[in-house]
Amino acid sequence: METLKAQKTEKKKETSIRITGAEAIIHCLLAEGVDLIYGYPGGAIMPVYDELYKFQDKLTHILTRHEQGATHAAQGYARVNGKVGIAMATSGPGATNLVTGLADAQIDSTPMVCITGQVPRHLLGSDAFQETDIVGISTPVTKWNYQITKASEIPEIMAKAFYIARSGRPGPVLVDITKNAQFDEFDFVYEKCTGVRSYTPAPKPDMNAIKAAAELINNAKKPYIVFGQGVILGEAEAELKALVEKAGIPAAWTILGLSAMDTDHPLNVGMVGMHGNYGPNVLTNECDVLIAIGMRFDDRVTGSLDTYAKQAKVIHFEIDPAEINKNVKADVAVLGNSKQTLELLLPLINENEHKAWRAEFEEKYRIEYETVIKNDLTPTKDGLTMGEVIEQINIASEHKAVIVTDVGQHQMIACRYAKFKQSKSNITSGGLGTMGFALPAAIGAKMGAMDREVVAIIGDGGYQMTIQELGVIFQHNVPVKIVVLNNDHLGMVRQWQELFFESRYASTVMTNPDFVKIAEGYHIKSRRVVERSELKDAVSEMIASKDPYFLEVKVEKEDNVFPMIPSGASVSDIRLK
Amino acid sequence: MEKHWYTISVYSENNVGLLNRISGIFLKRHINIESLNVSKSEIENVSKFTIVVFTHEEWVRKIAGQIEKQIEVIKAFYHTDEETIYQESALFKIASDLLFDERQIQNIIKESNSQIVTVARDFFVLAKTGRKHEIDEMHDALEPYGIMQFVRSGRIAVTKATMPITNILEEFQNQ
Repeated sequence: METLKAQKTEKKKETSIRITGAEAIIHCLLAEGVDLIYGYPGGAIMPVYDELYKFQDKLTHILTRHEQGATHAAQGYARVNGKVGIAMATSGPGATNLVTGLADAQIDSTPMVCITGQVPRHLLGSDAFQETDIVGISTPVTKWNYQITKASEIPEIMAKAFYIARSGRPGPVLVDITKNAQFDEFDFVYEKCTGVRSYTPAPKPDMNAIKAAAELINNAKKPYIVFGQGVILGEAEAELKALVEKAGIPAAWTILGLSAMDTDHPLNVGMVGMHGNYGPNVLTNECDVLIAIGMRFDDRVTGSLDTYAKQAKVIHFEIDPAEINKNVKADVAVLGNSKQTLELLLPLINENEHKAWRAEFEEKYRIEYETVIKNDLTPTKDGLTMGEVIEQINIASEHKAVIVTDVGQHQMIACRYAKFKQSKSNITSGGLGTMGFALPAAIGAKMGAMDREVVAIIGDGGYQMTIQELGVIFQHNVPVKIVVLNNDHLGMVRQWQELFFESRYASTVMTNPDFVKIAEGYHIKSRRVVERSELKDAVSEMIASKDPYFLEVKVEKEDNVFPMIPSGASVSDIRLK
Repeated sequence: MEKHWYTISVYSENNVGLLNRISGIFLKRHINIESLNVSKSEIENVSKFTIVVFTHEEWVRKIAGQIEKQIEVIKAFYHTDEETIYQESALFKIASDLLFDERQIQNIIKESNSQIVTVARDFFVLAKTGRKHEIDEMHDALEPYGIMQFVRSGRIAVTKATMPITNILEEFQNQ
């Protein structure tokens, strides 16, 4: 604490109020602009819940049905509007149930503050009832964490928590508060955190690196942009579009970069990665300059690193210095916030069109369309495809919906085919691949953007991992639209078993309950589609509904997602079938 | 790619839990920490971790980057043995009768430049400060006669080049 105090140059004298630690937490949240919390009460956090009761006109608490649901709801909320999501839980099992959401937020850079209750200071380390070392447990999956044991620490630590969660490359922060610190009174003053001396949120842009990048781009014959969530987090969508248009560079996205650029933009060439588009993957190994913007060369994007873009000069625009040369060596590294660096780059860029190079993407798209896309979107076989469901949602929602996906085949299909006009509209668990993410995340997304249509697209496996959150949708009448693409299998694992394990379907066949009846049990309007002829009408009815709506679509049981880069193979070796 | 010895120097805030956070980074990559020392540094309220690893340059670079990324870490450097001045300490507890029965023991004490810290009726304790291989050599020389207890400290090191931590902290103050 001495060092924290040392960080303040001059502490302003303000009038303080004498309140309990629990009440102080509420004041901290209000001072940070929080009006919505997801959580679950329990013994060690009860003083804070007692204050939430008193402050319910200013601060809404949503009781999720499991603490994991609280974290994913907070993530959905944060991803759709850029604000910090809040999840609260008690000690012990309440706290450990937050771990998956923390890990998800950490790997997908989502700003979140989790508050956990803890046993009183004098019981720490004694294996007390519901005591668990959540600071120890959450260390590898948080951007920062801290255990408060004295009420007087609350304002400074809470201010720091919000500052760290939202600044630079965002991430989750966990603040663990012992029960005595919640009960004790102290003189409360709140001051927002404006800096931490050991932490540089965003490196200052280096003009020399930007000039070097501009020179490479201007001299390139086959430049190619791959952008990620860094564009969305840095709010650099307009700068990206300006760069793409000015220099005539084809641009592809990682799964978390999706929606940063209009999917119908003529220079938007699609998705990279394992189930990405054909051209964007194959042509990675034919470009001469690869411009990576706010992405981290995940293994699902690169396939084998030994054969990834070896012919290209690589320019890496990135906020986090630890990402530079981590997976792919950068010839030019441009550190800093993407909006700032792209703004500085733009005036140095020459206008260009790269017509012949762009035609190569169009040619590859035609191949993919004929072999894959046509059959996905306009199938001639009897069974319904996931792709045609997504297409109907695109039509009915006019490309304006926020699409929240879970993990698996439906996720890949949705990300391949969903259409977006607006940023922050694609919410999915990318890095961690957390099944069960979508239903609670959709609740958070809807509450974070009440004016927007929010459609959750979920597989029958992931749906049953957090299905209890239907209780939140019912209790608070959250008008999310839930689409379960039911193939009665854990489809993605089944696909791998078919392709790489000689169709030995170990534990991937599901005997499912009547999902419509379950939704009806929560008084949610529901419908099941088994025939193509009903699909359009059902999707239109769902989108038109002012209330929550559940739609189950029975799709082909053993369809596969293609294209596909087999694990560890080269992007050039992407399979179309 | 060849493995080498590297000394990682981490300047940080003195906060509970940071050691756990830093050691986790090594754990994830299955890199063994050969030696670890935590102490105060030349700057008030700034701690210094001195961590020794035997690995590839590329890995130590990535690890230093990931350590530096931690909120409470001010700066992480890594250096080769040639770029640092370093020392380790060791204590040897040996049966007292050996001092009189085995003449060679006295030669080892003299040649190794070690000090006798204490002599009791049953045992005496030797302290040795030096480089790792010097301590290893002394250990190997004494081992045939029987070592009752042995312990070696973590490496401590200073670098030949400057470590501009004060500048970094001043820059923050002036913002």
